[in-house]
Amino acid sequence: MIKVQNVSKSFGNTDAVKDISFEVKAEENLILLGPSGCGKTTTLKMINTLIKPSAGTIYIDGRDVMHQSPTILRRSIGYVLQNNGLFPHFTVAQNIAVVPQLLKWEKRRTEKRIRELLEKLHLSPNYLQAYPHELSGGQQQRVGLARALVADPPLLLMDEPFGALDNVTRSKIHDEFKALDELKRKTIIMVTHDVQEAFELGDRICLMDKGAIVQAGTPTELLFKPINTFVSDFLKEQRLSLEFKTIQLLDLWNWLPAGNNQQQMNTLSAETDLWTGLESFKFNEVEVICILHHQKNEFRTVEFEQLMAAFYQYKRTLSNG
Amino acid sequence: MDEQQQTLLNFMWEQSDKLLIQMLQHIGLTFISLFAAVLIGVPLGILIARKKELSGTVLSVAGILQTIPSIALLGFMIPVLGIGAKPAIVALFLYALLPIIRNTYTGITGVNPAVKEAAVAMGMSEWQTLFSVELPLATSVILAGIRTATVINVGVATLASYIAAGGLGEFIFGGISLNNTNMILTGAIPAALLALLFDFLLSRAQRLSFKTVGTAMKIAPALLILLASLYFIPSAYGGKLTAGFTPEFMGRQDGNLGLQSKYGLTIHTIVISDAVMYKAAYENQLDIISGYSTDGRLKAYDLFTLQDDKGIFPPYYAAPIVSNKALRKFPQLEKTLNLLSDKINDSIMTDLNYRVDYLHQSPEKVAKDFLMANNLWRQEANSNTGIIRLGSKIFGEQYILANIYSMLIKGYTNYGVATKTGLGGTKICFDALTNDQIDLYPEYTGTGLLTILQPTQRTIDSLAGDKDKTYQYVKKEFQRRYAVKWLKPIGFNNTYALMMRQKQAQDLGIETISNLKHYLESN
Ligand SMILES: Nc1ncnc2c1ncn2[C@@H]1O[C@H](COP(=O)(O)OP(=O)(O)OP(=O)(O)O)[C@@H](O)[C@H]1O
Ligand SMILES: [Mg+2]
Repeated sequence: MIKVQNVSKSFGNTDAVKDISFEVKAEENLILLGPSGCGKTTTLKMINTLIKPSAGTIYIDGRDVMHQSPTILRRSIGYVLQNNGLFPHFTVAQNIAVVPQLLKWEKRRTEKRIRELLEKLHLSPNYLQAYPHELSGGQQQRVGLARALVADPPLLLMDEPFGALDNVTRSKIHDEFKALDELKRKTIIMVTHDVQEAFELGDRICLMDKGAIVQAGTPTELLFKPINTFVSDFLKEQRLSLEFKTIQLLDLWNWLPAGNNQQQMNTLSAETDLWTGLESFKFNEVEVICILHHQKNEFRTVEFEQLMAAFYQYKRTLSNG
Repeated sequence: MDEQQQTLLNFMWEQSDKLLIQMLQHIGLTFISLFAAVLIGVPLGILIARKKELSGTVLSVAGILQTIPSIALLGFMIPVLGIGAKPAIVALFLYALLPIIRNTYTGITGVNPAVKEAAVAMGMSEWQTLFSVELPLATSVILAGIRTATVINVGVATLASYIAAGGLGEFIFGGISLNNTNMILTGAIPAALLALLFDFLLSRAQRLSFKTVGTAMKIAPALLILLASLYFIPSAYGGKLTAGFTPEFMGRQDGNLGLQSKYGLTIHTIVISDAVMYKAAYENQLDIISGYSTDGRLKAYDLFTLQDDKGIFPPYYAAPIVSNKALRKFPQLEKTLNLLSDKINDSIMTDLNYRVDYLHQSPEKVAKDFLMANNLWRQEANSNTGIIRLGSKIFGEQYILANIYSMLIKGYTNYGVATKTGLGGTKICFDALTNDQIDLYPEYTGTGLLTILQPTQRTIDSLAGDKDKTYQYVKKEFQRRYAVKWLKPIGFNNTYALMMRQKQAQDLGIETISNLKHYLESN
């Protein structure tokens, strides 16, 4: 759907983005990850032409973005700004209605759509007439998201949408985000410098440094096949928890002890990640958990130590292969 | 004494018709110019917020305009725009520009760039961004600029009366030249109240929440236009000929009051400062003016003096007035000043004035030439026994007299001289004398009588316009009340006169004031 081809951008003497290329498929969730100042925002803004590239071309559905009317293009792309960028002089309702108004929607249609979105985003309609400064940071983020989603654009650009939130609120919003049906059908490019967030929300990740893409790939690829020390160092601090969250119980299937092939009380799907699997021992206060492999229609009943052993064996094969 | 005993409120009540008109004119002047300044200043502010490279130039030009003294700016306007409302409005407009441009610029450039970017990112065009995001967010800063401009304009508009544009300045400057505190306050208090009122209202508007600011912005232009139109309501009356009278003439018994009571003359009249009055008549802006009989500009601008056939402008003497204290301190002073007594008659004074006002010779040169021609000139003697402080009012004749006296004192005595010329008006000069700031200045018996002493109508009638009786009365009263002595008259008569352009007077066949009244009534 989106193709970024040899794009560079310099501001005076600063090369903010240096000859980057990547593609995003329809309905894919691509994360631009990297340290502060590495050019994530600049890359994002070149896609909706807020910034003009110094060189290179960006295509959306095969059409060069620079060859389209910027206002019409931007109305068809949802954009969530780094610091939410709500209009302080507009009510919540007016903020969300900006794009429908530009698209000259009927009033009734806009109102209906806003109500629908508020419900999905768990915002009370009481806030419709409130002004942004009367909302909490998390509520503002939701309004910012609603504003980007209201016209149901196929493409969504998000610049650190959860940046201003504390960790608890953030992980809660992450869960809601993943559950939101509105987002399932969308192509999303999201900027973050939070590794956890990238791994949790991304189908693929572009890790950037100093304006260039260092490695692009799935979370598993980045985690287990880093192409250089920058990548492994970048993930180092949170490696273990990332691994737990990235690996599915499915991946460990071959190393799980067979037998006792019957369903028990605490059954998890094999598509669950390892993190959740390990947590469920403590959460349910049990000695063993039961895992169900849907395709094979098989069960495994394992203890905590058996699961960890399988994990280490899996990792060994990865680094050998 | 009548007028001083009258309370301020009485005076305001008596003048309420005039006060209302002047107040409406004042509000009108303020808001017409403000409206124009908003119309030009806001777009200009937006422009320089967009093209920052222009901002330096535009802001400094507007800044320079604002530093031009108001009176000077009004003066510059006359040759281009004449007198009356037009130049006043243009001048006020120029003063209002800077705060409006500057605040629009600051307001717009101060909008949070993230919010502006959000507007662009949502797909708003440049105009949509301007009108639905930038301007609304800059409103309170822009309003602060308009507020500053309004307060400035209410103040500067008082000066509009100098060039016959009306407004509350008529009372203020009339009061200053007529030595009438009530009159000054009748203009000054409403002007101050207007400034406070508008300041308050605009400060409220500034604090309106975003909820109401939208509606407020829609009402604002209509309100501005309404207030601006006030100016035109009072000036709806017209007339064939227009008279321009000084504030002092307007309030004196031997001025406009006499014209009305003795001649029954009613004419479309505007109030104007005598600094620009003659020129305005010369340039066809005015038809009738209230001049002084000996003024040099009479000749310079080819003006014709209407004959005062009912004798309402009595002739008055000019003479130096000196504090008793100075006369005691400087024994040779009186004798020296009296050297000039009876030396300057009407035609000589007119000629001396003409040289200064029209030929632009310096008062000093004119004074010296005169003394030489009359064998009164003497080389400066040693001055070591004290300094005499000499005052004068702010027009040509007074400068000449001050120079002549200065040369006489230096030539005939051992005293030195310090001149304090250009004291703004009768009240300022006289107060300087009684407060021992100066020792003497040339004064006119008519002014002494009507402006300073302000006797009852009975007393005035008893003097019957006789210049010697008036001189004796004034001399006695000044001595009694102020310990100030009138020395011997210089000789020439100084009197008010109505003047017209020579050619117009001939064309209309007007020679006397009665002719003028007849002409006005028959047409
Ligand atoms: N308008 C600009 N003018 C000059 N330099 C700029 C401009 N915008 C960005 N830069 C520079 O380009 C580089 C990349 O900036 P960018 O905003 O893309 O970083 P980022 O990865 O989004 O960082 P962060 O995580 O802090 O938001 C930085 O060095 C920045 O200073
Ligand atoms: Mg950024």
